[in-house]
Order: sequence, then structure tokens, then C-alpha cells
Amino acid sequence: MYDIGSIYQATSVADAIRALQADPAALVIAGGTDVLIKIREGKLAGCSLVSIHELTGELSGITLADNGDVEIGPLSTFRDVTFSPVIREKIPVLGEATDMAGGPQLRAAGTIGGNVCNGITSADSASTLTALDAVMVVRGPAGERQVPISQWYKGVGKVDLAHDELLVKIVIPREHYEGFTGHYIKYAMRNAMDIATLGVSCLVKLSADKGTAETVKLAFGVAGPVPMRSPAAEAAVSGLPIGEAIEKIGKAALGDVNPRTSWRASKEFRLQLVEELSGRALREAARKGGAAV
Amino acid sequence: MEVGRSIPRVDAADKVSGRAKYTDDLCPRPVLEAKILHSTIANGWVKSMDISAAQALPGVVKVLTCFDVPDIQYPTPGHPWSVEKGHQDVADRKLLSRRVRIYGEDIAAVVAEDEITAQRALELIKVEYEEYPVMLEPEQAMAEGAVAIHEEKPDNVLAKMDLRTPIADDRYENVEQVLDDPQFYQFRGHYATQQVQHCHIENPVSFAWMEAGRIHVVTSTQIPHIVRRVIGQALGIGWGNIQVIKPYIGGGFGNKQEVLYEPLNAWLTTQVGGRCVRLDVSREETFQNTRSRHPISFDVAAAVDKDGNMMARSCTAISNQGGYASHGNAIVANAITGFRQLYPDRIGHHSTAYTVYTNRPAPGAMRGYGIPQCNFAVECMMEDIALKFGFDPIELRLKNIMPLGYVDPFNGITCHSTGLAECIQKGREAIGWDELREKYKDQTGPVRRGVGMACFSYKTGVYPISLETSSARMVLNQDGTIQLHLGATEIGQGGDTVFSQMAAEAVGIPTEDVHIVSFQDTDTAPFDTGAYASRQTYVTGKAIKKVGLEFREKLLSYAAELFPEAKDLTISERFITDGAGEKLISLEELATTAFYSLEHSVHITAEGTNHCKENTFAFGCCFAEVEVDIPLGKVKVLRMINVHDSGKLINPALAAAQVHGGMSMGIGYALSEDMKFDPKTGRLLNGNLLDYKMPTSMDHPDLTALFVETDDPSGPFGNKALGEPPAIPVAPAIRNAVLSATGVAVNTLPLSPQKLVEEFTKGGLIGHV
Amino acid sequence: MMEILHCTVNNKPVEVGIDPRESLADTLRQRLGLTSVKKGCEVGECGACTVLVDGVAIDSCIYLSVWAQGKTILTVEGLQNENGELTPLQKAFVEEAAVQCGFCTPGIIMSAVEIVGSGKLYTRDELRKLISGHLCRCTGYENILNAVERAVNETHKFVGKEEE
Repeated sequence: MYDIGSIYQATSVADAIRALQADPAALVIAGGTDVLIKIREGKLAGCSLVSIHELTGELSGITLADNGDVEIGPLSTFRDVTFSPVIREKIPVLGEATDMAGGPQLRAAGTIGGNVCNGITSADSASTLTALDAVMVVRGPAGERQVPISQWYKGVGKVDLAHDELLVKIVIPREHYEGFTGHYIKYAMRNAMDIATLGVSCLVKLSADKGTAETVKLAFGVAGPVPMRSPAAEAAVSGLPIGEAIEKIGKAALGDVNPRTSWRASKEFRLQLVEELSGRALREAARKGGAAV
Repeated sequence: MEVGRSIPRVDAADKVSGRAKYTDDLCPRPVLEAKILHSTIANGWVKSMDISAAQALPGVVKVLTCFDVPDIQYPTPGHPWSVEKGHQDVADRKLLSRRVRIYGEDIAAVVAEDEITAQRALELIKVEYEEYPVMLEPEQAMAEGAVAIHEEKPDNVLAKMDLRTPIADDRYENVEQVLDDPQFYQFRGHYATQQVQHCHIENPVSFAWMEAGRIHVVTSTQIPHIVRRVIGQALGIGWGNIQVIKPYIGGGFGNKQEVLYEPLNAWLTTQVGGRCVRLDVSREETFQNTRSRHPISFDVAAAVDKDGNMMARSCTAISNQGGYASHGNAIVANAITGFRQLYPDRIGHHSTAYTVYTNRPAPGAMRGYGIPQCNFAVECMMEDIALKFGFDPIELRLKNIMPLGYVDPFNGITCHSTGLAECIQKGREAIGWDELREKYKDQTGPVRRGVGMACFSYKTGVYPISLETSSARMVLNQDGTIQLHLGATEIGQGGDTVFSQMAAEAVGIPTEDVHIVSFQDTDTAPFDTGAYASRQTYVTGKAIKKVGLEFREKLLSYAAELFPEAKDLTISERFITDGAGEKLISLEELATTAFYSLEHSVHITAEGTNHCKENTFAFGCCFAEVEVDIPLGKVKVLRMINVHDSGKLINPALAAAQVHGGMSMGIGYALSEDMKFDPKTGRLLNGNLLDYKMPTSMDHPDLTALFVETDDPSGPFGNKALGEPPAIPVAPAIRNAVLSATGVAVNTLPLSPQKLVEEFTKGGLIGHV
Repeated sequence: MMEILHCTVNNKPVEVGIDPRESLADTLRQRLGLTSVKKGCEVGECGACTVLVDGVAIDSCIYLSVWAQGKTILTVEGLQNENGELTPLQKAFVEEAAVQCGFCTPGIIMSAVEIVGSGKLYTRDELRKLISGHLCRCTGYENILNAVERAVNETHKFVGKEEE
């Protein structure tokens, strides 16, 4: 039994927004894998909830738009993302990343929208969405607006989402994934049921001869308070022969990241991982793209 | 032969179909819910408590605090009671405590109509504390001027022991002289283990009510008869006033070899007019407020002659006991004893042990009872000696392992059988040791492989340190089958199945004809102290054999009444047969006749106690092949093989399953499990199954269990300990494999990635950072 | 506060009064007596409470009962056929000695029902991943994997689907 003050089951997105407007203290609950645990911990005890769990018709599903953009309904579960034919064909790295969250039951319940709306740096989908420059489509009483993921994170546990707004779509524009191959490495203490000590997602667009890393995108989780890109590393290695890029990217990333020491891991250890894993992620991304590495 | 068959578990069908009932499954609902208020400091006193708001919350039945409980201190470990005062367990716990000794101390309890009300009431209780500095390590607690955690022990040393074996060479007066003798290789080492938890998947829940003036408690425990006694002691009432019922339990591993919240639950029902009270224990409370495995540090020294003979050793062990004595000094005493026994010293041995109170959650019994800790020390030591002085690590061990006929100089435990050398040989061949050691000799690069091994010895039961006693009862049914009643408990290990096989073997009937009463009810179950110390197949097995043979004699003597002419009666294929093999009467017919005969009606039963005054050593070893990703500090276990000498196997399939589980626990101990604390507040930081890293199915290789079956002359069916041993040698085997792969010796557990990166950096394998 | 939940549980339509604050695990255990649904952590880490909702394995401890409206739920109690015979999957658990304390068993069996029901073949490593949402302290997962693997292979012989 959860100490929930009240729960309203929204019948549509518009209904959910109305309910949120009506109750300034209400929280949105989607898959429940995060909110329910916080309620049990006592952090949110007695709270009132607006459940969007059953709005799968409006908010779930992954499609390829006419313009080639990939559109992800935020209520899509990790499992939906991983097994989506569109994701498998167009952006397999994202499906690989969501396939590393928790375990199978959690992946069948947790949603990609929840994963980015709770603003957590260790979220398994977040670093890849960051590398992909995903666009968050948010709807509120005044209509829809678009937020590039680079503007989305506002601090630990905070995102650019007003109380009466809902994330209604995650868009990966065609030009952000087309021609790229990617690789996500989740570094954790266990191979399942764990949170990342460091998450590294790397995308690369290779030259036609597969010898040069024309464009590299590198993003991290847990290298700072929110998921982040490493512009210095990207600038340093984009355009380099792939072998050289792999060799240099780790050191170049060190200047951009700002991990902290916690009881889970020291800053020094996380820096070692940043340096080591950046190159490994790039190598694997390039290998998937056909580079002989 | 019923013994030695790999029959399916007697409870398996019920467990796969959801019919098997565990404690909470039996709890009537609605029921009053109890919740405990835990302190938010780690060391100090509760000065005052304001419960008025909690008491006033609708739905709250009662709020009880540390100011209300009986002024009685009681012991909690699952030891047999001792009638000698000097051997009794330390009685240092109250139902709720004003003296705060750990972060999360039990200081009040709320009984309410539902869980949420109980939880909300806890949050309304205001507590004023007097606070002392937090001491998580023995060095802090033993320091000059440290606050006494228990007033009975002003220096926070619960116990100290100093043991010297007789010196077998009259050129020396003591071990220290041998250790300093330059004719020997001299070795010094320091090894330390961490605090870990059992992680049985069922938390230790209970519910209690009163009926006919007595208290009834249903609980998830390994030791129902001991729980009954301790409830009596804690409440200051006659032990006969309490009934404890133990249903199926979701694992124990030693944590439930402790009386946990049952006394509090029993007391709570007395405070609410005997209404049924359920005391749920959350996973977080299980981590914070129940037992764990002691962190123990070892300073060791050894003198080895040029041929690799172990001449003498010393060992100083310091055990972190946390806030309560629990099993007290017994665990570190077992550790230094185990350290000594596996490789008996030719000249002498000196060991010292301290058990020190600190402000950590109190450790207690956990699968191996001090031996996983000492085994890490002794098997790291052997590897390090081999490496340092140029011995082959396996040959060094073979030269020094406990010989057949060894008698411990202090407790007299004798090696009645040993297959250790054969175990080592079997494991060596199975993993391909010689080839792999050669293959992995001169590796370079960031990812390297290695193989390592470790051996262990383990006694069977607790004789002569404590009492070993067990009773059994067999009752004939009209159809010729029997009921088997035991006080020994099924805790997941397969006890009920092997007990049934043993009873069948002794009586001479098929195991299918033995109906074991799985739930223990202390009103009706014969006395047995319970599941711990890998004792039940040995100690309870002896009781089953004794009673089974007596029961068989009763069947045969009744048959002799019916067939006075027949000779050499025996039982075969559910019939009484005579010496010529002629079937005289079926057991069913015999049983029905015995019940309803107008000539001589008798309900055939047998019951008896076996007071066990024997012990014996089980042995085995673990071989591990690992791959080490040096820059990431990651160890991947590629293959693992455990080889055990547990005497004759009663059920080989279940034995192998037991070994797999121990290996898994050992992998967690080696690589990832570690209870972490905030040094400032003393709060446990990772007390949940997300942050505490017990292995998942993706963190293992396939696990191989092999056996060398000796026939132990002291065992009831040639068998000896198996339950705990599989977990023992795994951590040092992995540590030694990492050493062989990288050349870096890590001397503390666990070999966590961050620690490995730090060690590899120190060792020059990682060039930067 | 009570609401009526209509759903299908173990192949039978169910109408039951629930408190909207309760988890599906609470409802199944306490209102419907389906005590195979175990609680080991209540935060979706141990997997002991796993049931199938519309054919998908989820942790019922972190699933609100109100979400189950109109859905189909399956627990271990719903597996046996009418004459009480165990399913091949359950038999595999019995015969492979995959059961010890048994507390994690019903949950793992429910994940395995979904795995086996896919009709696909899996490698040992794929199976490790598919059951990785369950913690077990008794078995080292070894015999559990043997049992699931056996059930997968046996089932595939009858209703095998080729990999896409």
C-alpha cells in the first residue's frame, strides 16, 4: 500500500493538463517505476497523483515521420523502444541503451519519457538522446513548444517542464541520426539491475572510405549533475583518422566533464572511466559503421 | 538404497505451483500492523520522546517506546542454551533501547489498524537525543577515552582470546622465536574482509497473537525452538507459555539463526490485548537492523622451511561486532581456529582474537561462521608465500594440508576422513590448471587472464564447543507410510528431502512413503536446535537413523507376533519378508492390523534423542578462471569449479545445487558486495537491493560443482558438512586468479572496480590518473 | 475510497473492491489470496512479485492496481491445468533441482512463461539476460537456467518460431 493522497486517472492528454492545472501540488505518474519508489521512501508521501499510465493511445508508439524524423511517444517503455522496428533500423544505439536499464520487468514498465523527465544524470536513455540532439515536444495549456535536449536539463532532477505541461513527443530529427552509427556503454557494478557509474554514448559519421571520423558526438551520464555533451572532445577528434580519433578522444573529454565523488564512486575513478570508455565507445561506434578498427 | 538418490525435492511441486506457504502467506487479514521507529543517530541516548501526536492519530492502537519495555536484557544468537553460566550468550539487548548503539536503533513501536497509519504515526514521534561520536571501526572504539557502547564493557572489547598450541620443538620457547628464526622463510601479511549481508529474498517477517493465555508466533526462522526460549527470556515468562511456528522460509543463510524481532512482536501482542499483530520487516530494515557477516582484519606471520613445510604461524584477528554481541566472540574464535586447522603448523601456532563493539549494525552468523573471513586470509597468505619464495602454489598447499587423523589440540575435533588432495587434483584437471598457468604466464596488454584456487576445511556442527542434540519422531499410518516429525528445519537447503531419504533408508521403505512434517510447531515438534553450522544432515541424521532403526524393529516385532513361525524377518518392497524372501504381509496390512487388531492394538511410533558427541571435517576447493580488464578495474569470472568432500552425498543433485548457491554468494563476496556507511552519521548508505550489489544472473559464468565422495566413519550415512562450505573458498580463489593475471595482490575484500583501478595504478599497470 | 477493479485473473473474470493506493501485489495477495506473488523488496529490484499483465512480465509491487482495469493477469496459481498437472515449465523446475527456498521461484516461473511462450530459441547468455530481473540467493541461477533452457527447447519443438 502506498501513501498516496489521491490519484486521478487522466482520460486524455488534455484531461491530464486540466487536472494538473486544477491541483498545483499534483505529480504526474507514468510507468510508476520511479514515482512509486519515492512515495515508498517517504519523499512524496501523501502526494496527489495524475496518472497518465493508461494514455498509451495518445502517448505511446514509435514512428517514422514523412520527413524522416523519428518520433517517440514518451509513454513508450524501454522495451517498446528496444524492440521497435523503426529504432532497430534507424537508431539501434538508442534501443541498445534502453535495453540496459534495470531488468526485463522494469524495462516493460519504465517509460522513456519518465527517464528524461525525472532529470536524472544516470538515466540510460539520456546520454544517447543527448548525443542525438533530440527535441522534446512539450504541451501545456497554451499549446506546444519544442525544447532541444541541450536546453532541457536545468539541474539535478530539474527539467524545462512546467507544472501543467506534459512531454508529448521525443523527436530525433533525421539529420541527427542519418549516416551516424553509435555505441552506448553503461559502466555499472553489475551487468543487470543497476544504475550507471558512468554512461557513455558516442555517435560517429565516417568518411566514405571509412577511414576518417568526419563528425563525432560524445555524451555522458554521471559525468556531471545532468547528462552532458563533450564539445571539446567532439571538436578535437572530428575530422581525424579514426584510429587517431579513438586514441585522443578520452583525454580530450576530461576537460569537459565534472564528475563528483560520492560513496558510489570517486571523482578520480569516474575520470579514469571517462578517459577509457570514450575511446572504447568511439571504436565500437566506428566498427558498426564499417571502419576497420 | 534411498540415500544417494537424486530424487526431486519433496517440496518442489508445492513451490512451483504457489501452494507452499511462507509466514506472510499465513497471516490473517485484516491484522494490526506494527512498525518500528529507528533512531537517526548512531551513538547516544534517547533523552525524551513525545508520542502525543502519534497516539492521537486515528487508527493508531498503541505507541510503545523504549521507556515502556521490560527492564530485561536478553541474548539473541541461535546457540543451544548453556546451563553453565560462564558459557551463556551475552545478554545485551532490550526489546526497544534508550541507549542508541547503531544508526537506526529500535527506539519505539507503533501498532495501528493499517500500515500507512503506522508509518504516519512514526513520523509524528518527536525524539530528543544525547549524542556521542560515531565509532564504526574497532580502532576508534578501542581508542583511549572512547565512550563505552555497553557499560558492561568499558573498553568496548567484548572478548579477547589468546591461544598457543604446544611447541613441538624444544629448541624454541614460543612461536615468535620460530617466526624470527632466519633459517626459515619469514612472511608477514595483513588481510581484511568487509561487512556483507545474507540477502535471503524473504525478509524476516512475523505475526503474533494470544490464545488461552499463551503467546503464539509465526515467524520466518531457522531455529524455532531457540526463538521460543529467547521470547521467554526476553519477556521474563515461562518458556512453555510460548508457541513458535515456522512455515516454509525464503532463505536464511544464518541471519535467521538469530532471534530477530520475534520477542518484540510477542510483547506487542501482549500490549494490545492479544490481538494479532504483524511485524513486517522491510528490505531496508533487514539490511540495517538484522545481522550480517563480520568484517575481520588479520595480521599474520609465518615461518616456512626451504622445502615448503609450514613450521609456525601467528594470527591476530580483530572482529568488528557492531552494536550488539549477537554470536559474540564465537565467530572470530571459529575464524582463528579455522585459520590454524587447514594447514597445521609443525612447530606451533599462536593466535589472538578480539571482538570489539562499534556503532555498526551488529553482524552475526552468516554462512561459514568466521571461516570465509579466515579462509580469505589463509588462502591469500598461502598464495603470497608461494609467489614470494618460489613455491608452486598447489604443491605448497598439498604439502601442508590437514592429514587424516589430525586432532585439534584445543577442541579435539578429529579428521576422520579426507578427500582434499583428491579434490585438488580433480579441480586441477577439470579447469586445466597446468595448461592455463603456462598459457597465461607472460601477458601484456589491458585485458589479461588468470587462474587461481583456494582450499578450505570446515567442521560439521558445533560439538564440542556447544551442545549437539536432536530428536526425531516417526508415526505409522494405516497405509504403511510414516510421518516424520523433526525439530530440524527446511530453510531451502533441501533438508526435508534428505531427512525423508534418511528415514526411508533406516526403516527400509521407499522415500515416497515418508511424509515429512515440514512446518515446525514448538508445541509438537521434537526438540532440535535448528538449521546452522551445516549440522543437520550429520546431527539430525544421526537422530533419524537411530529412531528409524528403532521404528523398524517395532514393525518387525509386531510382524513376529503375527507370524511366530517365521525367521529372519525383514522389510523389502513394502512387505515384511522372511529369510527365504517370502512376502508375509504388506506393510499396509501390517499397519492396519496394528491399529485395529482386536488382539493387540498398538499405534506404532518411535521417538528419541541423539546426543551427538562427534564432529568431523569436510573439505574442498575452488578453482577460478578470470579475465581482468585493467583500465576499467573489471573482473569477469570466466569459469568456476568447486570440488567438495562432504563425505557420502545423500542427494547428489541437491548437493550440487547447494554448491552453486554458495559459489554465487562467494562471487558477490569477492567482487561486489559491501555494506557502506557514512563515517559521519554511521548511516548505512546502500541498504537496499539496488545499491547493495549481490550478483544477478548476468554476473556469473556457468557454475560447476564436483565431488569426491569419502565415507566418513562418524557420519550417520558417511556424510559430513555441506551447507556452508561452498561459499568459503570462492573469494580467495578469485583474488588469487586476479593476482596471477596481473601480478597485483589485493589484500582486502571486495575486489571492487574502484579499488582495483587504484591498486593497478599503484602497481604501475595504469599509467595515468 | 474503495474502487471496483474488473479484470481477468488466471483465466477468470474478477470483480474486486480495491483501495486505489494499493499495488497489484497487494491486491493479488490480500484480496484474491494469490500468495505465490511474493514481496522481497517492494521497489522492483528482486522480481519475486513478477506476474504477467497482458502477457508481459512486470513487477507487481510497483504497479498500481487501478492500472489493471480491464487487463489480463496471470500468476503461478493460474498455470496448472484443470486436473492439477504441472506444466512442462514447472516440471522442468522440479526435475532440474531449480527450486531451493522457493521464494523467488513463482516470479521467475512467470518470467519464464513469457520467455517460453515466445516460441523462440535463446542462447544461454540471452536467457541470463531475460531472467536478470530476478534475484536468487540459493541457486546461483545455474539450475534455474537449466530449467528455463529445457522448457524453451522442449516448447520450441512443438511451436517453434524462427528468429525474425
